[in-house]
Amino acid sequence: MRIVVTTENCISCGVCVDSCPFASIEMRDDKAFITENCQFCKACMSVCPAGAIVEQAEEGDSKPAADISDYKGVWVFAEQRDGKIAGVSYELLGAGRRLADARGTDLSAVLMGAGEEQAQELIKWGADKVYHCADPLLDKFNDEPYSQEMITLIQKYKPEIVLAGATPIGRSFVPRVAARLRTGLTADCTSLEIDKESGYLLQVRPAFGGNIMATILCPNHRPQIATVRPRVMKRAEFNESKKGEIINVNSANLSSRTKVLDTVKEASECMLNLQEAEIIVSGGRGMGEPKGFKLIEELAELLDGAVGASRAAVDEGWIPYSHQVGQTGKTVCPKIYVACGISGAVQHLVGMQSSDIIIAINKNPDAPIFGVATYGIVGDVYEILPMMIKQLKEAKEA
Amino acid sequence: MRIIVFIKQVPDTAEVKINPETNTLVREGVPSIINPYDVHALEAALQIREQKGGKVTVLTMGPPQAEEVLREAVSLGADEVYLVSDRAFAGADTWATSYALYRAAEKIGFDIILCGKQAIDGDTAQVGPETAEFLNIPHISYIRKVEEVGDNSIKVQRLMDDGYDVVESSLPVLLTVVKELNTPRLPSLKGKMAAKKAVINKLNLDAIGGKDIEMNVGLKGSPTQVKNIFAPQSQVQKRELTGTVEEQIATLCQDLRRIKCA
Repeated sequence: MRIVVTTENCISCGVCVDSCPFASIEMRDDKAFITENCQFCKACMSVCPAGAIVEQAEEGDSKPAADISDYKGVWVFAEQRDGKIAGVSYELLGAGRRLADARGTDLSAVLMGAGEEQAQELIKWGADKVYHCADPLLDKFNDEPYSQEMITLIQKYKPEIVLAGATPIGRSFVPRVAARLRTGLTADCTSLEIDKESGYLLQVRPAFGGNIMATILCPNHRPQIATVRPRVMKRAEFNESKKGEIINVNSANLSSRTKVLDTVKEASECMLNLQEAEIIVSGGRGMGEPKGFKLIEELAELLDGAVGASRAAVDEGWIPYSHQVGQTGKTVCPKIYVACGISGAVQHLVGMQSSDIIIAINKNPDAPIFGVATYGIVGDVYEILPMMIKQLKEAKEA
Repeated sequence: MRIIVFIKQVPDTAEVKINPETNTLVREGVPSIINPYDVHALEAALQIREQKGGKVTVLTMGPPQAEEVLREAVSLGADEVYLVSDRAFAGADTWATSYALYRAAEKIGFDIILCGKQAIDGDTAQVGPETAEFLNIPHISYIRKVEEVGDNSIKVQRLMDDGYDVVESSLPVLLTVVKELNTPRLPSLKGKMAAKKAVINKLNLDAIGGKDIEMNVGLKGSPTQVKNIFAPQSQVQKRELTGTVEEQIATLCQDLRRIKCA
């Protein structure tokens, strides 16, 4: 495949030149020209007002593998740590159920390690089938046996779609699976849909540090595999009486050249609180100084919420990294997110914009944070926060 | 000890902005840099060399101008550098990129491969583990500390969501690193001189397999395709607050209590 400009349709506007993230379009003889640097992202195709940029098939383009239609069903990898199912697994079951329904197929979970009880739990959370792999080598996470087991299962049962959490575990071993199976893997997806026409999985993910979003397809290879960012998808519904089938997988020939010698827990109380909090009050550069966070803390406490921060505030040393929300911090999804003196750089927004309600307080009426905010108040945080604290206190006492 | 470090030339995404009118990336004035995580991988390689002896080879895949980051790597202390570059490699997704890197690494030879946990332009974190699978060697992701390097094994700390694991692996191995691992050195004067004179070894398609692997590299070798790219959009249900600031806050606090109790 090539991306080409049909010169007779090109109106020489130059919009495509600016749209190219890879600087690979130039004006030559007053017409757009796509250079060798083209990465086939198609950003130019969507901005061209004249429809002059098109895809052109080439000899050697990949074609659908012959056995694509043999692949059926949606699978989720149910991550566990110390025998406890990770939260992201319930979100994957939620997303997986939607996709399975859209494809008119079953939803299965793959559980490595843990016990019968956890397998049953997955059924109540929506799985029709659970493949339970109980080899002791799988109790603790090691990339090689996890990927070997997954590869064997996929080769045997041929699922059409496989989802895993975009966690340190999922993001580490799933690439090995995709490499071995010669199929596509899309990292850190924030939205998954089925294309009505083709039936393909549309995988949406942020790129360029969250500055742009890309929709990725895997048309000619199966399964379509994606890792899914935690705390973005809605959890599945729990149904105590749901029935399903547990398939005990007797692993053979698992081996590992890596060995976990020790596991050390050091997540601070705050990190856990931040990701589980229903209300988060966050401060940014606009707080101006460390003691501004006293106000943030006071408001958070009144609302029974946790304290968050933007990268700017953390970099200034006003508050520890464990409070940081955003691309390089934690992704959070509370009921209410209060952003105080946070301008709303994309890198921050990707970490909090799926919150149910966002309240923005900022001096600058043009701050991007107001673009995602349900409520916006333009003004000085040192004026507004004390007023909010006072009113909430009065209401509490009343 | 033969160590290969994978690096990538990336636009400094912290400097990238969106033009709100055209919804496109503003590229102007955005510098190209070594992917920041890869700098920590290179530092780790240099420290292992200082401790165990051996050679640090830095390898990048990209267009001809990616040579710049290889010279920077020499200024930091790399012994030799390779540019994996060919028109046939263009448009590669992580599968096809990893395939080409596997062929190149196999040709050069190594005991340890180091790379950043992810690149800041793509943020996939997939190329390291995928390359390890192709090479049929173990890998450990998100290394935050190297505890011990033996002749045939290595012991490291792997960052997890709730703390860290101490993991041991046999060699050869591929490790992906996080920033907490170390503080990278700055280029020395001697290094800068060496960078100017450095020989850039080049590996094209023919050098790593030629026609036989053409179907596994570049766009043709990529299972995934980009359907489209768009600016992040949010569908926000705005609730207007009116009146003086005091009145606005009163309305907001009322709503807050209601939502909180719901």
